[in-house]
Amino acid sequence: MLTLFYLFAAISVLSALVVVAARSPVNSVIALIVCFLSIAGHYILLNAQFLAVVHIIVYTGAIMVLFLFVIMLLNLNRSSEPQKSLATRVAAVVAGGLVLLTLLAAVRQGISVEPARDFDIGTGLVRSVGRSLFNEFLLPFEVSSVLFLSAMVGAVMLGRREKNPQAA
Amino acid sequence: MIAIVIFLVALLLVTLGVAAYATYAERKVAAFMQDRIGPDRAGPFGLLQPIADGVKMIMKEDFMPASANRWLFFLGPAIAMTTALLTGVVIPWGGTLDLGGTAFTLQVADPDIGILYVFAMVSIGVYGIMLGGWASNNKYALYGAIRAASQMVSYELAMGMSIVALVILTGSLSLNDIVEQQRAGLWNIVYQPLGFLLFVICAFAECNRAPFDLPECETELVGGYHTEYSSMKLGFYLFAEYVNMFISSAVISTLFFGGYDVPFLDGLGLPQNVTVVLGTVGLFLKITFFIFLFMWVRWTLPRFRYDQLMDLGWKSLIPLAILNVLLTGVGYYLKNGI
Amino acid sequence: MATPITQPLTKRSQVVSQKRMTLMERIYLPAIIKGMGITLKHFFRLRKATVKYPEQLRPMSPVYRGMHVLKRDEQGRERCTACGLCAVACPAEAITMVAAERRKGEEKLYREEKYAAVYEINMLRCIFCGDCEDACPKEAIFLTDRLVPTDYTRGTFVYGKQWLVEPLDPALRVDVSKRQPKAVAEFKKDRNFAHNR
Repeated sequence: MLTLFYLFAAISVLSALVVVAARSPVNSVIALIVCFLSIAGHYILLNAQFLAVVHIIVYTGAIMVLFLFVIMLLNLNRSSEPQKSLATRVAAVVAGGLVLLTLLAAVRQGISVEPARDFDIGTGLVRSVGRSLFNEFLLPFEVSSVLFLSAMVGAVMLGRREKNPQAA
Repeated sequence: MIAIVIFLVALLLVTLGVAAYATYAERKVAAFMQDRIGPDRAGPFGLLQPIADGVKMIMKEDFMPASANRWLFFLGPAIAMTTALLTGVVIPWGGTLDLGGTAFTLQVADPDIGILYVFAMVSIGVYGIMLGGWASNNKYALYGAIRAASQMVSYELAMGMSIVALVILTGSLSLNDIVEQQRAGLWNIVYQPLGFLLFVICAFAECNRAPFDLPECETELVGGYHTEYSSMKLGFYLFAEYVNMFISSAVISTLFFGGYDVPFLDGLGLPQNVTVVLGTVGLFLKITFFIFLFMWVRWTLPRFRYDQLMDLGWKSLIPLAILNVLLTGVGYYLKNGI
Repeated sequence: MATPITQPLTKRSQVVSQKRMTLMERIYLPAIIKGMGITLKHFFRLRKATVKYPEQLRPMSPVYRGMHVLKRDEQGRERCTACGLCAVACPAEAITMVAAERRKGEEKLYREEKYAAVYEINMLRCIFCGDCEDACPKEAIFLTDRLVPTDYTRGTFVYGKQWLVEPLDPALRVDVSKRQPKAVAEFKKDRNFAHNR
């Protein structure tokens, strides 16, 4: 089990690095897909089959397909890549480094990792996820669906063709 | 453990064998429906035709366009084939055999979330087509890839919705539970005729079969996403389509037609192993019928136009599927309460 | 202005209607099931349209226009006199020839005083129309019901005399009586058109 964990952990970290480092956006997307799949592997190691499969369906199967779709349509290549000036690059590196520093400090200070002794292996199964979603977290769950609905309405409004172009 | 491995290998071989003979059956069915004879030269009645086709595919020159993305071009058919084959492990192929004292269930894995696993594999399967089409660096292949992606994403929604109604009835996502419930009561087709229709239509679309074969339509896009493919890579794409067809027929039979349940078989008082084997035979007969249905529809209907495809998916199937969920929910409430 | 008389050419033609479809028609399913019924009916039909080619041949027209033959006369002499009328008549410009004068002692070989030293037909250009046959004043060239075999290279399709002239052996002569019926042969023997004696 532990070897599997290390395997999945290594794959997730490496593929996440490739996402950032890859030159071609399509390669980035593929690395991200691999990353998501390895995270789904982690879920399965925790016996959270439902989370793993939903993660694959939603992120890998739907969202990344749309990402890939957009990238293929945009036809990004080297020449259309935005060229940043040296100052912006330096600023970006400094800002990113600071964020990393803060995060590392926070991890060192705040989070203590304890062995999960009282871990319930049933946590990630459909039954328990459904119970907690529709009992304890019913209100946030419904509110988030309303949020999605509003996002959909907004997208439809933006995508709708103007009836009369002159009036706009 | 060893039994599982043997079963896994057997499942792989059976899947490949059925898919191979599905290619032969497709040619025969097409021929018969067009008043022709079909392949009849390789072996008696042309039964060795799949082998001849396979040898031909392997012997062909493996061509790769100079401007193609090398490893993505390679990855495309591999993903298509792998995801197609992976789906078979959660399908219950039969009941529990009694192997000299140890019970053995004819199902590789029975996760809680069997149906969702099938969906996950189908949704990853799109990448095979998308990456292959994009990596070819060919406009027709790209069109095919884009069509495949948008078609599959659109029809996955209606498919998922039609399954939600079914899950309301069964109360379980495990495929084995669903079959066992149908063995105890009536087949789900009785309760879910609309859901079945929606699921079958979406399954046709997910398999890229006619009348939804827009990603590879010969008349508009040369070959669609596999325009630039040749040799066994092309063979993998074509073969994956038949594997998908086999698996979706199995899923349809399992969800709506009782899986390995054969009516009145349990009442005959046969030995357990015989009953199980006969049940598996029954499942394969159902699968054969659905594979035939796939082909029958293909050689009957003309292809949809792209806007018709999208209209059907978003304006007809999804509203109908939501309606079906609503009706099922109300019916369930009236019968059982909450 | 008079209304034009519209008259269907066949009994099968239908006027296309653009009316809005009824709900039943828009569901499509009845139409689909009807169509599937038709294909199923054909599926179980025993009469097949297939002709199993190498074993079973389709009937060929007796006046089929296939590979050409350069005829010999009754005494085995080549009839062609290299007049070039066939080449002129050829719409595809597939025929070329080089004429030569008959020497002494060659009377057994050539019927006329002039003959074709080279006679080539490019079978890839030829459209097998039979105009060469009509143009020939000497009844020398005919199209036959033999097929031009396939090959891998283009050059091999330029057929020279060794392929075109029929064999000397009377048993192996090519029979063109079907393409040259008796009436035609008689007509051509008529004195007024007697270029063929």
